[in-house]
Amino acid sequence: MTAQTSTSRNYRETFSSGIWSRNPGIAQLLGLCPLLAVSRTLLTGLALGIATLLVICATNVLVSATRRWIDPRVRLPALVLIIAAFVTSVDLLFKAWWFELYGEIGLFIPLIVTNCVILSRAEAFASRNPLLPALLDGLGHGIGFLLVLTVLGAVRELVGNGLLIASLPPGGFFALAGLIALRNFCLTREAAA
Amino acid sequence: MSEQEKELGMPARAGRPAWQAVLSLAAFAALVGLVVGVAWDATRERIADNEARRVLAELSAVLPPALYDNEPHRDMILVSWPGDEQRQVWRARRDGRPVAAVLTSLAPDGYSGQIRLLVAVTTDGTILGVRVATHSETPGIGDAIEPRKSPWIGNFAGRSLTDPPEARWRLRKDGGDLDAISGATITSRAVVAATRRAVQYFRQHRDEIFAAPASGAANKPRD
Ligand SMILES: Cc1cc2nc3c(=O)[nH]c(=O)nc-3n(C[C@H](O)[C@H](O)[C@H](O)COP(=O)(O)O)c2cc1C
Repeated sequence: MTAQTSTSRNYRETFSSGIWSRNPGIAQLLGLCPLLAVSRTLLTGLALGIATLLVICATNVLVSATRRWIDPRVRLPALVLIIAAFVTSVDLLFKAWWFELYGEIGLFIPLIVTNCVILSRAEAFASRNPLLPALLDGLGHGIGFLLVLTVLGAVRELVGNGLLIASLPPGGFFALAGLIALRNFCLTREAAA
Repeated sequence: MSEQEKELGMPARAGRPAWQAVLSLAAFAALVGLVVGVAWDATRERIADNEARRVLAELSAVLPPALYDNEPHRDMILVSWPGDEQRQVWRARRDGRPVAAVLTSLAPDGYSGQIRLLVAVTTDGTILGVRVATHSETPGIGDAIEPRKSPWIGNFAGRSLTDPPEARWRLRKDGGDLDAISGATITSRAVVAATRRAVQYFRQHRDEIFAAPASGAANKPRD
C-alpha cells in the first residue's frame, strides 16, 4: 500500500518536475537555440513546441523499450539515430497535415535534432527507466518546453507589434530573461513562505 | 533507485566482444530505418497533394483560370536550359489545344541572390503575367517586385517580344523602353532580363514544349 502511494507520487514527480522545477527552457536552460529562433509568434512557438513534444515522447518510449538491447558502448550513437528518425518522421507529418504552418516553421523542425533536452532525457532517464516513467518524463519535459515556447511566442508577438526589437533575436533573450526572473521570484517567495 | 536500475536498467556488457556493439548499432539503424520508412509511406501522398496544390495556387496568380480546362499543375515538363539545371514548365490547354505555358525563370543577377520567377506566356508569345516565386532582395528596396508591395511586376502583362521590340527589352537607363523601380535598378534589371529570356526560350521551343509527354511526380497517377 505504502509502496504504491510512493510510486504514484514518484510518477507525479517525474511528470511535473519537467514542467516547473526542472523545466528545460527556464531552469536547465537547454535548447535555447530553437527557443529563441522560433518563438517569434504564438503560433510558431506552439507548433514547434508540439513537434518537440512528439519527438521527446517517442524517443523516450523507444529508448526505454529497447534499453536492454542497447550495448552501452554504442548507446550515444544509437540514441542519436533514434532521435534523428523521429525528427524526420515529425517533419514529414507536419508537411503532410499542417502544410501551411510548415511553410513558416519547416526550416526549424530538422533543428529539433540539435535540441539537447531530448538527448539528455533519453540518456539520463529513459535509458535507465521502465516505459511508463519514461513516457511521463518525456511528457513533462516536452510540455514544459512547449509552455515556455508558447509564452515566449505570445509575449514577443504582443510586444513585437509595437516594438520591433521584441521579434528580433535580442528580444527573445529579454523575454526569456523575464520568464526566468519570474520563476526565480516565485521560487524565493515559496522558500520564504 | 539503484535497485531499480539493477533490476530494470542496462546490464553491464562492457566485457563483451566488440562485434556485439557493432551488431547492436546495426540493429538500431535498421529499426530506425523502418520508422522513417513507415512515416514516409504514410505521408507521401498527402505531401505530394499539398505540393501540387501549392503549385496550383502559384500558377493561378499568372494564369487566368478561364483560359484553360486541363490541370496545368499536373501537366508539367522539365526542360533543360543551356548552362543550368532543369526547369519546370506547366502547360495550359483548352479542348486539348495548347493555350499558354508557365515557365520558371531564374535571375542569378539580383541584388542579393537568385530571384525565381514564374512567367506565363500565351501560345502567340504574349505575356499573361509575371510573379516572383522566391527572392531575397532588400526589404523596402528590392522587394518592390512583390505585387503586394508595388504594382511594378504587373507592367509585363500584355507585352511580348514585339512590344517593346526585342532590342529595347531593357531598362530605360540601359537604352530600352522599360521602367525600373526607383532605387532598385539592379533588381529591376535582373527581373527584366530573366523575363525576356523566358519569353525568348518559349518562342524557340514552343512546339517541343507542348508536344512533350508530361513528367514529374505531380503527374504520376496515384498508385
Ligand atoms: C543596404 C542596401 C541595400 C540595397 N538593396 C538593393 C536591392 O535590393 N535592389 C537594388 O536594385 N538595389 C539595392 N540597393 C541599391 C544599389 O546599391 C544601387 O544603388 C541601386 O540599385 C541603384 O538604383 P538607382 O539608380 O535607381 O538609384 C541597395 C543599397 C544598399 C546600401
